[in-house]
Amino acid sequence: MTYIKPKFRHPELPKNKLGYSVDHYEGALSTLCAGCGHDSISAGIIQAAYELNIEPHRLAKLSGIGCSSKTPAYFLSNSHGFNSVHGRMPSVATGAAMANRDLTYFGVSGDGDTASIGMGQFVHVVRRNLNMTYIVMNNGCYGLTKGQDSATADQGSKNKSGNVNLFESIDLASLAIELGATFVAQSFSGDKSQLVPLIKAAMNHPGFAFINVISPCVTFNNNLGSTKSYDYVRDHVEATATIDFVPQMQEISVDYGKGTQKNVTMHDGSVLQLHKLAEEWDPLDRQSAMNAVINAKAKNEILTGLLYVNPDAHDLHHMIKTSDHPLNSLTKADLCPGSAILVDINAELR
Amino acid sequence: MEPTNIKNPEFFHKVVDCQHACPAHTPVPEYIRLIAEEKYTEAYMVNWDSNVFPGVLGRTCDRPCEPACRRGRVDEEPVAICRLKRVAADNKGDVKAHMPQGPFKPNGKKVALIGAGPSSLTVARDLAPLGYEIHLYDEQKLGGGFMRSQIPSFRLPEAVLNEEVNYILDLGIHTHFNQYVSSLKETLDKGYDAVFVGSGAPKGRDLDLPGRKEADLNVHIGINWLANVAFEHTTKIGKKVIVLGGGNTAMDCCRTARRLGGEEVKVVVRSPFEEMKASPWEKEDAAHEDIPIIDNHVPKSFVVENQVLKGMIFEKVKAEYDKDGKRKLVPVGGADVFIEADDVLIAVGQENSFPWIERDLGIEFDKWNMPTVDTVTFVSTNPKVFFGGDAAWGPKNVITAVAHGHQAAISLDLFCRGESLNVRPSPFVNLVSQKMGIHEWAYDSAVVNDDRYVVPQADKKVTLVNRKKEVELGFDHITGFKEAERCLNCDIQTVFSTDKCIECDACMDICPTSCISFTENADETDLRSMLKVPAANLTQDLYVSDPLKTKRVMVKDENVCLHCGLCAERCPTSAWDMQKFFYNVTKAHTGCASHAK
Ligand SMILES: Cc1cc2nc3c(=O)[nH]c(=O)nc-3n(C[C@H](O)[C@H](O)[C@H](O)COP(=O)(O)OP(=O)(O)OC[C@H]3O[C@@H](n4cnc5c(N)ncnc54)[C@H](O)[C@@H]3O)c2cc1C
Ligand SMILES: Cc1ncc(C[n+]2csc(CCOP(=O)(O)OP(=O)(O)O)c2C)c(N)n1
Ligand code: SF4
Ligand code: SF4
Ligand code: SF4
Ligand SMILES: [Mg+2]
Repeated sequence: MTYIKPKFRHPELPKNKLGYSVDHYEGALSTLCAGCGHDSISAGIIQAAYELNIEPHRLAKLSGIGCSSKTPAYFLSNSHGFNSVHGRMPSVATGAAMANRDLTYFGVSGDGDTASIGMGQFVHVVRRNLNMTYIVMNNGCYGLTKGQDSATADQGSKNKSGNVNLFESIDLASLAIELGATFVAQSFSGDKSQLVPLIKAAMNHPGFAFINVISPCVTFNNNLGSTKSYDYVRDHVEATATIDFVPQMQEISVDYGKGTQKNVTMHDGSVLQLHKLAEEWDPLDRQSAMNAVINAKAKNEILTGLLYVNPDAHDLHHMIKTSDHPLNSLTKADLCPGSAILVDINAELR
Repeated sequence: MEPTNIKNPEFFHKVVDCQHACPAHTPVPEYIRLIAEEKYTEAYMVNWDSNVFPGVLGRTCDRPCEPACRRGRVDEEPVAICRLKRVAADNKGDVKAHMPQGPFKPNGKKVALIGAGPSSLTVARDLAPLGYEIHLYDEQKLGGGFMRSQIPSFRLPEAVLNEEVNYILDLGIHTHFNQYVSSLKETLDKGYDAVFVGSGAPKGRDLDLPGRKEADLNVHIGINWLANVAFEHTTKIGKKVIVLGGGNTAMDCCRTARRLGGEEVKVVVRSPFEEMKASPWEKEDAAHEDIPIIDNHVPKSFVVENQVLKGMIFEKVKAEYDKDGKRKLVPVGGADVFIEADDVLIAVGQENSFPWIERDLGIEFDKWNMPTVDTVTFVSTNPKVFFGGDAAWGPKNVITAVAHGHQAAISLDLFCRGESLNVRPSPFVNLVSQKMGIHEWAYDSAVVNDDRYVVPQADKKVTLVNRKKEVELGFDHITGFKEAERCLNCDIQTVFSTDKCIECDACMDICPTSCISFTENADETDLRSMLKVPAANLTQDLYVSDPLKTKRVMVKDENVCLHCGLCAERCPTSAWDMQKFFYNVTKAHTGCASHAK
């Protein structure tokens, strides 16, 4: 086994605006199983961060426990990271984001980490609209503990030992929409052309951005009869729209023609350019997004792409009126404003 | 693009850049791995089979393999392929036991070889084991050709040359040394079944400038002078020496002059320094021996006073290029330059010369007096007469002469057996999986980061006073091992099985040099631009799979693959495998399956 990735890279690797080539965003060599969907998502995250010209030291990666939650070790090794307790990534993320609002927060979780042990934390971070990207690498099982069915395993799906799952599954995307998430998308680890623009859009969204990524577990859940295998997903995947993320100030060059084209302008002027494939779906309308998910499910389809976005949402900082500046930048003068101010405050309370 | 046919050995052959670039197609990575394993004898024999003179070439080869080495495309410098060959030669054990053992059963055919340079010696080695009676002619007193008369001992010790020449002569070759062949007709009349002409390009060019005749006593043609030094007819030279020319002969002349008493030796060349024909390392070695190279100076005349050479006059020029990039040297004006000299060595090129070949023997000569020779079979327009080495198309180098020798030997053998020269034996090829365990390979797949190691040299205080003292010391065992580890094992091929691939992207994601892409198919030009990193190096091929389940194809740009095996380690289904590809040019004595019949 090779534990060291050679240092040599393609001599013609392009550089981004910061002068970094994509390898600057790589992490350690993965120890996941060969062919794990999670590694593919890591590669998508690396690509997105490179294309978005992210300063690695301005980003914090957070995760819980699971094969999926191990992945932050395998991307962005020049960024901050916190590998937290099983299912508790949202509270760590919330604490960090409250203390320093200037960093980009990138959370990675699994279906077990989110939909089982972490469900209580997940629903609250959604409704609080914490400004972060939250990716679930969803393989329908507990990979790290050898493949037990998770809460997102579909009813009737067969696992590697031939047992059929009896229980209704939790659909994390519709749950997120239901709870008021302001950016919800679904994707497949095997489709980077869709995944990378979605990650870029999510990182650019000024609130809670959720992406549920179907990510086959090659070792424990890639068997015949599983609804999370490479083959099954490829056969059942349908997209709401193709998506391009067009950064601010860049000209929109593709035009798909009337009716199917939908551009969503984000808060900073960047544009999500959608080429709609699903009829009667409006990404700005929660109800229609919910319908699209439910209809797809009824047809045994896995709906991917952007499902819902509210580009004007206000995040947690805005809602609870926190300090405009990170806590670590506040000086003694900010924190102890003096007796005159204290008199004013006391007066307000009279 | 059409799916790549990996059954055609030429596809993977091309991936092994060094071997492909070697005129004799020496299996380079194979011998480098053997050196890393300290199997020097085996490493030597891999070389000996292909290039016949591993000890000579490990010191003197023009090394066309090194500019081709893949490592040079990802790292600053290529692997020191040539000097590793020397490590094998320096440390080998009893190699003779592995060589064909005579006496060989005569097959009744007689062949004459004219000239005892590397091309003829190769023909001799390849044919002797087949039972040919071989007669080797040379006007010199010993075999080796220019390897003996031209390449100076401080680069190639005589003992090394003798050893490797003798391996061949010991196969029962009839030598006719000190014999100038003055008539090809007479030779043919002696009843040889075929004749091979390996007489080289033995005529040095002169410069017909004012004062040349008057200065004759102190003006020497470079290659004649070097031969005289080699055979010890010349033992000293004046203190001030000018060497004219910018090729490797000039470099050997100036360095030899330094050893024969030249204190102020200067190389003067017409062209700009960067465009000199000499290899960069030869220029470095000259500089190291305090020999200035004065470029952009065109010689005008010899200055002779009282019948004694005083020096030479030069005109200063600069290079200008027209729109087709053709160079013109134009005078920069100003006064001409006088450079003092006691002796001048002219090293401005060599030519072929065939005064001894009658023109009525059916051998066609062109307007430059060069024979018409078939580029594949090496036969001339007389079916009994074959040419090779520098005699065929002008001065090249030892390894090219060897490569010619192998092919000419095959032709001679086919001819003597009455078979068609155009049915060439196919190469010997083999492709074997290197898989040992889940993630274990039979080769050292890890890629080391080391920079190229420098070959140590003897102190010039010692080498400059002794013409025979070898300058380069060669790598020791440990450095040899470390340098060998720099080899990327380009013969361990990445072999893809379309039917096993589940399109998980793992290989594409892990590949450090972004070689692998999964994409829609297209024609080659488009496909090259659609890859993860566009494949701009058109000399390197794309490896295209059959259509996958999603109708896409796997496309691998062979350009900068490190052969690290990570793609195969990451593949959950073993759709990638690392397989050792062995390609060996068939030689007259090893191949010819028809012999068995
Ligand atoms: C100064 C110098 C340095 C060189 N250094 C290198 C180097 O470092 N590395 C490298 O790869 N190459 C080098 N070369 C080139 C290399 O030596 C030749 O390309 C190579 O030796 C050619 O081999 P060949 O078989 O054609 O015959 P040659 O080696 O040229 O030998 C031909 C032989 O034929 C003999 N001969 C010719 N005519 C007759 C005749 N009529 N009768 C009898 N005998 C005859 C000659 O005496 C000679 O011995 C160098 C060349 C020169 C001039
Ligand atoms: C508090 C706690 N309970 C249970 C575990 C055991 N455990 C480790 S990983 C895991 C499930 C992970 O599943 P998922 O989040 O889907 O990650 P995957 O490995 O599938 O990517 C469990 C139950 C634990 N580490 N900590
Ligand atoms: S067990 Fe499954 S989820 Fe975990 S690394 Fe292996 S393939 Fe990936
Ligand atoms: S061996 Fe495989 S992973 Fe390594 S460089 Fe070549 S294609 Fe890439
Ligand atoms: S790792 Fe193997 S299965 Fe996965 S895409 Fe590459 S070749 Fe196909
Ligand atoms: Mg899971």
